[in-house]
Amino acid sequence: MNDIYNAYLNTDEIPGSKTGSLAGVRVSIKDNISTKDIETTCASKILKGYIPPYDAHVVTLLKAQGAVIAGKTNMDEFGMGSTTENSAFGPTLNPRDVTRAPGGSSGGSAAAIAGGLVSMALGSDTGGSVRCPAAWCGIVGLKPSYGRVSRFGLIAYANSFEQIGPMAANVRDAAKLFSVIAGHDPKDSTSVNKPCDGNVVPEISGKTIGIPKEYFGEGVDAGVAAQVRKAIGKLEELGAKIVDVSLPSMKYALPAYYVTCTCEASSNLGRFDGVRFGPEPEMNLPWHDAYTKVREAGFGGEVRRRILLGTFALSAGYYGKYYVKAQHAKQLIAKDFAAALQTCDMLAGPTMPNIAPKIGELTADPLQMYLADILTVPVNIAGIPAISVPCGTAHGMPVGLQLMGRMFGEETILNAALAFEEAV
Amino acid sequence: MVKENDVLHIAELADIGISSPELGRFTEQFNAILEYFDILDTFEASEPLMRPLVNVFREDEVTPSISQDDALRNSHNPEDGYVRAPKVI
Amino acid sequence: MADEEFIVVIGLEVHCQLDTASKLFCGCSADFRADAPNTHVCPVCLGLPGAMPVLNKKAIEYALKVAKALNCRIPEEGEFCRKNYFYPDLVKAYQITMGDNPLALGGYIEIEDDAGNPKVVNLTRIHVEEDPGRLVHMGNKERGHYTLVDYNRSGIPLIEMVTEPELSSPKEARRLLNKLRATLEYLDVFDPEKEGSIRVDANISIKGHERVEIKNISSYKGVEKALTFEITRQKNLIRRGGTISRETRHFQEGKGTTTSARSKEVANDYRYFPEPDLPVIRVSDWVEKIALPELPDARRDRFMSQYGIAVNHARTLTGDLHLAEFYELVAPVGAQIAASWVADILIGELNYRDMPLSKVTSHADQFKELIILVRDQKITDKAGVEVLRVWLDSLQTEGAPESPAGIVARLGLTRESGESFRGIVEKILAENPQPAADHKAGKKGALNFIVGQVMKETKGKSDPREIHAMIAEILGE
Repeated sequence: MNDIYNAYLNTDEIPGSKTGSLAGVRVSIKDNISTKDIETTCASKILKGYIPPYDAHVVTLLKAQGAVIAGKTNMDEFGMGSTTENSAFGPTLNPRDVTRAPGGSSGGSAAAIAGGLVSMALGSDTGGSVRCPAAWCGIVGLKPSYGRVSRFGLIAYANSFEQIGPMAANVRDAAKLFSVIAGHDPKDSTSVNKPCDGNVVPEISGKTIGIPKEYFGEGVDAGVAAQVRKAIGKLEELGAKIVDVSLPSMKYALPAYYVTCTCEASSNLGRFDGVRFGPEPEMNLPWHDAYTKVREAGFGGEVRRRILLGTFALSAGYYGKYYVKAQHAKQLIAKDFAAALQTCDMLAGPTMPNIAPKIGELTADPLQMYLADILTVPVNIAGIPAISVPCGTAHGMPVGLQLMGRMFGEETILNAALAFEEAV
Repeated sequence: MVKENDVLHIAELADIGISSPELGRFTEQFNAILEYFDILDTFEASEPLMRPLVNVFREDEVTPSISQDDALRNSHNPEDGYVRAPKVI
Repeated sequence: MADEEFIVVIGLEVHCQLDTASKLFCGCSADFRADAPNTHVCPVCLGLPGAMPVLNKKAIEYALKVAKALNCRIPEEGEFCRKNYFYPDLVKAYQITMGDNPLALGGYIEIEDDAGNPKVVNLTRIHVEEDPGRLVHMGNKERGHYTLVDYNRSGIPLIEMVTEPELSSPKEARRLLNKLRATLEYLDVFDPEKEGSIRVDANISIKGHERVEIKNISSYKGVEKALTFEITRQKNLIRRGGTISRETRHFQEGKGTTTSARSKEVANDYRYFPEPDLPVIRVSDWVEKIALPELPDARRDRFMSQYGIAVNHARTLTGDLHLAEFYELVAPVGAQIAASWVADILIGELNYRDMPLSKVTSHADQFKELIILVRDQKITDKAGVEVLRVWLDSLQTEGAPESPAGIVARLGLTRESGESFRGIVEKILAENPQPAADHKAGKKGALNFIVGQVMKETKGKSDPREIHAMIAEILGE
């Protein structure tokens, strides 16, 4: 494989089998999903050399359907980032313009597909990490409803939000991959029993699509907005009814998200101590000193920053101010979405407020980087499913149309996405 | 307003290191982000928090453990089946 | 200050391992003690990245049983949370425990105070949490110190029971622990024989002064020792005009002392927050369906009414489930004599030999045989004790005991009736005239010497009461 985009951290493959719905199909796996006997690093030095003794549930399901496990893809370290520039092993390049980032954190999976190296891949989406690179690389990416795909084996960053999602060059392939991984897993207490049969049909006529005004606010690039409005116009042509809606609590979405995910991450990442896995600690130092050194050397700057933020937000005196408030905000945001989705079958808007940035453009200012998630994060907070489908270009780079569905309404948005894909 | 000392204190609480050259920049970024978090202050929580996930259990059945080899495979210098760690005093 | 002016206030946090087949959050077998290190682990209890907890229903059922037996109320919703700190035995760098929304609140347990009167000790709460792994400290100055870790224990379910600070002495604390242990044993949710299955943290203060916490005491004796030492330490400090600092101390089991813990562990901010990977539990309606077995206090009362034995015997016999069951096996030979022989004699002999009751229970028939021999006056009480000792020794060393009847025959301990030793009594009276004279003069206990001599000569086959009666008859009283 000629991986000129640095999409892969590991190109080892496990052959598939002749039976199953994915028999012989190559599927690449984001490197935060545990693969038995294959190094799994989360693009971090602190997991370099870590060989899991078990498969994530979704990997077991893929193998059962005969899929080829085709390598581990690059990502932002531990899923923290929107451009894959936070990888400890170098950024991935966007195949549509190699001076630009592919998006993140599942940038490797997106680039591998956009670069023609593989047709399907798994990513994970905590605040947009499947949909962002899908939009910026011009491919299809789905974030499932929270709980619909097992997280057992997904190396945790923010437990309340993340889902493993299918990424592919087209909607049918994304749906097929989704049907293999969706369904109940008793090893994941948050897992729900909602399998998917993967049968997509192009269907949009008669559906009501809500357009939240907050998705076309001043932060959204004019070229991107125009392209997405064109796409919505197309949906209307295909028979959809377009209505305006509002999600007033959306302004709390990013702070609620970043408070919650940094808190959860600060706790999730405590286990990387070099004792059962990871780089060897200095044995002549006492425990706390050795542990601190392992973490300073092994975690990149963005990861350490988020751990510090989360530790601060959870610490005595601040828990009520930040974490509890964030949970209330989450509930309010979810309520807003649910209300809008009572009268609409789905909502639509841009996936990202801008096109893919140049490599290095956003890395100087972490807050700027966080603000790029503004249109994807609310979906994770609400727990609902959302898909990004390519809808042309702006400033020469791909733009993604985001369709957001009701809880467990993946079939509806997949069908709508297929209808759109086939029409353009 | 969080000062450099506060950031160092949090780093100590979190058992995570920040080097001196990083400290100034970290503190600045910290403050910018915390200021942004303060948007949450503008909102009043009016409803109790719902926890939708209720009573998910497994039966008390023994399932196979992994082998000692697999358990130790990623650790450094295990001894007699134990995992080695730096001393705790 | 005089001792009485110090008012001691003690509260306990008791952790017991629940006797489930599998661990709290995964299916690894909980029966790990006989096996090599790190052989009862899986991604979940090893804390591997990506692993997720799933709650063991039985652990909750067991904990609810305890809560019901201890008269707690069950709130509508219980919640698990993460207690974050960094230690090599804590695989995830957080312990999954329960915080502001525990499994049960309130409750109480009845013990005896130091004067023997009933005392109700209130409980604060009960919750369930996971055990960390086990550390072994290794190395030396030359090679350097390091730690070895065995994760077999990681994830074992613990029930934590917290008392209000209402205990007034180390002995009271020990009695409370014993009562808790017995209750959990009766409920069949806990096996006290398992090493390390109970751990206690104690909070102690002298009224008017700061509270000190003593962590991780792992035996009942240890709790009494630790508290006794700590009270003395605090009293001495106060008498010298010093101040008690609010701190955490460790109990040094070998030396029987407490020492100050390092401040880093103490100053921990645990940053509790709800565990996002686990559900809340709504189990208050499960409690009605829980059928409690007869508990220690009820059994004690029943023993008193059914067998007519005294409260002290009843307390002792019901203080341990297996002892209580053993007594009921033996009681048919005569409730009183059985109570006395089990509670007063057998227990003492077993403790002396460091021998568990379980060695005796399968040979209850032989034990009964022994008591019958005493009851029917075939052997004297003293001979009975001797037979018991020989019998227990044979059990301990060979496992297959010599029968009491066999021992009696072999050692020639069959009781002889008074007439057969009348001659000896007369002889000893004649050889020692002084005791009889003293007795006639009104001196109490003067005849004991004579009785002792007679018993010596008859090699314990004579009953002292019979000898006394015979002497009285000979002296013409």
